[in-house]
Amino acid sequence: MKLVVENVSRVFPGVRGGEPVRALEPTNLQVATNDFISVVGPSGCGKSTLLRIIAGLDRPSAGRVLLDGKPVAGPGPDRGVVFQSYTLFPWLTVADNIAFGLREKGLPERQRREIVASYIDKVGLRGFENHWPKQLSGGMQQRTAVARALANNPEVLLLDEPFGALDNQTRGLMQELLLGIWEREQKTVIFVTHDIEEAIFIGSRVLVMSARPGRIKTDMPVELAHPRHYTVKTSPAFSALKARLTDELRDEAVHAANEH
Amino acid sequence: MATSETNGNPTAPVPPEAGRSGFPARSMVGAGGGAQGGVGAGARRRKPIFRIGARIGNATFVAIAVAVFVLLGLVWWAATASGWVKPIFLPSPVAVWTQLVKLAGDGTLWADAKISIYRIMVGFLIASAMAIPIGVLIGCFRIWEAAIEPLVDFVRYMPVVAFVPLTILWAGTADTQKFLIIWIGTFFQQVLMVMDNVKRVPPDFIGLGRTLGLPERKILTRIVVRSALPGIWDTLRISLGWAWTWLVLAELVAATSGLGYRITVSQRYFQTNTIIGYILLLGLLGLITDQVMKALERVLFGYARRGR
Ligand SMILES: Nc1ncnc2c1ncn2[C@@H]1O[C@H](COP(=O)(O)OP(=O)(O)O)[C@@H](O)[C@H]1O
Ligand SMILES: [Mg+2]
Repeated sequence: MKLVVENVSRVFPGVRGGEPVRALEPTNLQVATNDFISVVGPSGCGKSTLLRIIAGLDRPSAGRVLLDGKPVAGPGPDRGVVFQSYTLFPWLTVADNIAFGLREKGLPERQRREIVASYIDKVGLRGFENHWPKQLSGGMQQRTAVARALANNPEVLLLDEPFGALDNQTRGLMQELLLGIWEREQKTVIFVTHDIEEAIFIGSRVLVMSARPGRIKTDMPVELAHPRHYTVKTSPAFSALKARLTDELRDEAVHAANEH
Repeated sequence: MATSETNGNPTAPVPPEAGRSGFPARSMVGAGGGAQGGVGAGARRRKPIFRIGARIGNATFVAIAVAVFVLLGLVWWAATASGWVKPIFLPSPVAVWTQLVKLAGDGTLWADAKISIYRIMVGFLIASAMAIPIGVLIGCFRIWEAAIEPLVDFVRYMPVVAFVPLTILWAGTADTQKFLIIWIGTFFQQVLMVMDNVKRVPPDFIGLGRTLGLPERKILTRIVVRSALPGIWDTLRISLGWAWTWLVLAELVAATSGLGYRITVSQRYFQTNTIIGYILLLGLLGLITDQVMKALERVLFGYARRGR
């Protein structure tokens, strides 16, 4: 197993004497090498919390995360993250943003340039190397963010609703792009989303999380052949999966809505 | 794995670009929409100047700004030329201009401006050089914030004017006293503003730095400070404006040179034209420094400006 989540839970202390928030119930998860896992669940169910704990950006209240058998103590370059918010540095061009981690690592200029160029190609940003982030559309910004994460060659790639702010068409193209890269390069990926269709299309395994307290409710393999073409979204097998997951998620959404 | 060619296609997708440029167009349609259909539709379809946020051309903007200056100048001129106000209270624009030219000619004006600019530069640089690191520190570390922020907040509300007698006791009437007043007036404000600039750095920027394996020290310098730089520059620009006020205050009370000193002396001799000329000059100097800072901001931080 590449990544093991062992009884990880997270309780946030209550704000101003309020009840503590049990964001994540003890959670177990095993991710095989080069698996592509999507995590789907209603908003506020602890998806980001789980991802941030795996990334080392947040501490679990109990339990631990093992990467290649070694406990995770904090954030590190072996786990690359793509955030939902646009996190390109506005003072760096597209190419320099992608090169940022490599530069800090002290990689020589020539190697850096090669790596950056190859990822510029992979995310389809040739010709935009010297653009400022503000000159890019949302989709292009997130493509750059994906390239930046991949350029550092992490063991595990963690994505937290990376396409959540994009319009539908762009989002579809981004899914194909990411899936294409994964199919060609292989990588261990955990992909958080609130969109069922996205979760099924892109993942080899879909985890459904339940709301309050957050926990993994369903763990379902997606047996759709690779390489996947976007037309698979209209296939009967896809529809069947979608119907099942929609059902499960609806229960959760209703549950969550009633609690608020 | 040979997979679909559809994936890697570069620029073809990206509808948001189109959506972005479509936005102003759409709002234009919305604005004109109400006037459609009637016989006199063409006539009624004027540009809605008083729509909130409506845009005007650059030339129009400058023309309006200049017109306001000219208009006020005319009112001033008319008020004095008609004899409505006595020259001892308000001399005519011409008298003020002549006096300024005279003072410039015999070198008084340049000497006054030079010493004042020197004082503001030194005082402001000392304050900024201290405020930026301290502001960054308390913006990043709660321990430092706890130690310094309440204290700074406390001192900030003490009126600068009240320090003038004290600074004269401490430092006499030499330049040190001017530096001190400028420092007291700007440093404490700057610290809090820089702290705010630093706190506005998106937390995900810092998280990202950590996941890239950067040590905290590098995250501080390469991400936090770098990201806050445009904001810090703005803080400097704004506080420089205040520094002018404190400088003149210090010079009015106790000085033997400088623009403020000249104003006090002129009052003694009822040289209203010098006083008004110098006040206008101070406004002009402030305006120039502000515009220079803004121009530099565009050069240094053009990447961050909204729009293109
Ligand atoms: N830093 C925090 N402090 C307190 N509560 C938090 C914090 N972060 C998240 N939470 C709470 O934990 C729950 C799960 O949050 P999150 O993981 O962000 O959900 P999701 O990403 O699935 O929308 C939410 O109820 C949220 O309010
Ligand atoms: Mg989230």
